[in-house]
Parts: sequence; structure tokens; C-alpha cells
Amino acid sequence: MKFTEEHEWLRVEGDVVVVGITEHASEQLGDVVFVELPEVGDTVSKDDEICVIESVKAASDILAPIDGEIVEVNDAIVEEPGKVNEDPMGDSWFFKIKPDDLSQMDDYLDEAEYKDFIG
Amino acid sequence: MAELKRTPLYDLHVALGAKMVPFAGYEMPVQYGLGVMKEHLHTRMAAGLFDVSHMGQVILRGADYATIAAAFEKLVPMDVLGLGEGRQRYGLFTNGTGGIEDDLMFANRGDHLFVVVNAACKDGDIARMRAALEPDVTVEVVTNRALIALQGPAAEAALSRLNPDVAGMKFMDVATVELAGAECWVSRSGYTGEDGYEISVPEGRADELARALLDMGEVEAIGLGARDSLRLEAGLCLYGNDIDAGTSPVAAGLTWAIQKVRRIGGDREGGFPGAVAILNEMTGGAPRKRVGLLPEGRAPMRAHTPIFASVEGGEQIGEVTSGGFGPSVNGPVAMGYVTSDYAAEGTTLYGEVRGKRMAVKVARMPFVPANFKR
Repeated sequence: MKFTEEHEWLRVEGDVVVVGITEHASEQLGDVVFVELPEVGDTVSKDDEICVIESVKAASDILAPIDGEIVEVNDAIVEEPGKVNEDPMGDSWFFKIKPDDLSQMDDYLDEAEYKDFIG
Repeated sequence: MAELKRTPLYDLHVALGAKMVPFAGYEMPVQYGLGVMKEHLHTRMAAGLFDVSHMGQVILRGADYATIAAAFEKLVPMDVLGLGEGRQRYGLFTNGTGGIEDDLMFANRGDHLFVVVNAACKDGDIARMRAALEPDVTVEVVTNRALIALQGPAAEAALSRLNPDVAGMKFMDVATVELAGAECWVSRSGYTGEDGYEISVPEGRADELARALLDMGEVEAIGLGARDSLRLEAGLCLYGNDIDAGTSPVAAGLTWAIQKVRRIGGDREGGFPGAVAILNEMTGGAPRKRVGLLPEGRAPMRAHTPIFASVEGGEQIGEVTSGGFGPSVNGPVAMGYVTSDYAAEGTTLYGEVRGKRMAVKVARMPFVPANFKR
């Protein structure tokens, strides 16, 4: 699993990459009340703002961590945004992306580096 | 930046694991372990304890209540003289152009008037009162007492355990009551739309009183985050967001707080800052109005969201002044100002969120039924 400095996690699953937000991000955001996800089939570029996540406190964007095509989104967290806080690292993933170039993941942090990063 | 002040309950907040944030010059708890959503819901279901010691507590003294009241009426468009002893009222400091300098609570305590003002405005309010009232009326700033609020349907049961007398109080009653061995000034009021009390307690006894309440099963500590969502669902204004020096009480929908005796034709008509502008507007109407706004989708519409009459956009006709997610409504709620032509309940308007105009309906406030003990 890899981590971005934007507090996303990326996990390779076959030929797609599953993306979600970290436990730390979920704690910092507080209760999530609204999630907007990209459309399946969208072609996205690294750093595009492709999701909106709103908590009781504020709105934040989630950036595409890599270039590729959105192949699946997790509608369950749109229906029940609170699920993001319950299981951010597992069932409450955000989207699956078919990467153009998997080596873009190499730039990201491993778990130990991410832990250092959030201090 | 000046050093942040701490309330007498600071150590308790830290011990409870609160997340502390700067607010109006104080280090205040924005949330505790439960988080904003659960704190909000707990308050509506049982009882929540809030530290509001950052607010300003002021005592006005004079020869007698009538002297104090007559002087205070020069600053507020409220009936102060006619307020019964042991009763509290909502008030507004107005300015020369008819805007609102602060909102406040004032209580007739027989030999004095007790005033509670917003933290962010208190220095200005104190200066305003001193300039207008002294020397006939003295302005005594209370700096040795904490202020806590106990809010929610179980507030009465909880506080009654410390002193059964509080159960007999009605909404907006005030009394001096002994709680956990401390002389407290208690009002049956609050800022959540729920039944409850606000309690002024000597600073040295605040921690003990708060802990006594928190030890009760129905009481949880509640932070500023839930305080904001609770007051928003209750349709209550936040000074600086929903009302300010450029908003008139008429536009703000607060004319209910201006009693007849201060209106045109009343025995003590006018005589407060901005009286001509405010009384004229009460007759002729305000060009814009504060309204409740219920977004039709799930996306919150936060403060400063621009409002349009048409989904295509065109001229902006309003703006959200407070908005977010209402945990009890289980959906987004907001309030804001719109041109009076668009202020009718049920009107569909459009709030622009992230470049998209989303439907929002003008709705009656409060968004949840008020639960006061009248």
C-alpha cells in the first residue's frame, strides 16, 4: 500500500488501483456528511480534483493520485457518507482507477514514511 | 497575535480530550471524543454541557431598576423597563444607521441588570455601555465567574439533582440558585433550540460544578462545533455571520424582539441608535430578508454560497450566511439573505456550489421544533 501527502491510500488490486483516504484524514475531517465521486469511465490526470468530501467542518477535494480511467466507484459512501469514518482503510474506498502508468505510484510514501509524515 | 486566554474550565477540557481551537481570543473546545455529530445528537436526545465562559458578563447598577432600564433603553430597541424582575429578554445593540452591533441577553435582577454579550464583541459592548451609561449607571464587568450551559430535554432532570428549585423555572426565568455549594445565577435559556439552563458560576467552583454534571449519565461535554450546528438548526443568528453592523433587525427578521412600546405609536417610541431607519423599515419593509434555506440535494451550502433566482444564473439575489449539515435534520441546512421578492416560503432558488447551481428551497425556521419550557 502507498500513501500520498494528500492523505490518500493506494492499493494495487489486479490491474486496477483502489484509492481511499487514510484513518488520519478521516479523524482530521471529522464526521463525513457528503461525498461526490467521479463517473465511471472518466479519464483523469494526476492532481485533478475528482472527488468532494464534506465533513461537519469543511469541504475538501480529493485529487487523482495517478493518470488513468475510473473503472468503479463506491456508491455506498455516497449513500451513507458516515461509513467513511467507520472504515476508511477498508470498505470505504472511494474509487478504482485503471492506471496509464503504474510507475507513477513509485513517487508515493510507504507506510513507515507516511507515519513519519503525519508525525 | 495576542496570547489566547483560557476559561476556568480549560483543564477540564484538556482532561476530557477536547480538541482546542482559538475562538474570539480564547482557547476553546471545538469537539470532544464523541465528535460534532454525536455531540449534537446527544444534546437533542439527552443533555449537553457547554463552556461559554468566553462570553461577556456585565452588571449594570444604578439608583433603582427604573433608572438602569431607562438608561439601557438608549442603547437597545427593547422594552427593558417593562421586563419583570427575575425575567430575561433577548436584545440588540443597534448603531446609528440601524445596523446591529451585537446581540445579547439581559435580565432584570431587581437591583441590577445582568447582561450577557458575545465574546468577540464584548470589548466594544463594554466601551459602548460605559460611554452611554456612566456615571448614572455603573458598568461592572464580571471577570471572576465562568458561564456554562446545560442544554437538552434531560437538562431539567440533571440540574434538579443539584437543586430541585430549577425545575420550577420557566423559559427566560432567571434566579440565584445554589448548585454544588456555589452561588449561581441561572437562567432557563440557551442557544440550541432545546430546553436548558445557562449558569454563571464563581470561577473557583466552575470545575467542580461541571464535573458534578458530567458525572450524570445523561450529560456529555459538547464543543463549539455542535453548538454551531445546534443553533443553526434552531434558526438562531450567529453574530458576525448572520447579523452584523450592516444588517438591520428588520432584514434579520428580529422585529419580534422589538416590543410595541418602542415602536411607532408606543409610549417610549424610538430613542435608540438608528431608531428612524429601523422604525421606517418596520413600516416600509426591508429590501432583503433573512430566510431559512433547505438545499434539495445532500451537499451542504456553506457561508458565502451565492444564491440565484434561476438555475441559469444571472443576477445574484442573495447569499448564505450560515450553512452546513444538520445532524438532527439529517441533511444540509442553511440560512441567508435574499432580496425580499424571493423570500416567500417554498420559493425554489439556486445556490452555487463548486460552480454548479443547486436547488435550495426557502423554508421556515427553526428546522427542528423548539423544545422550550414555556
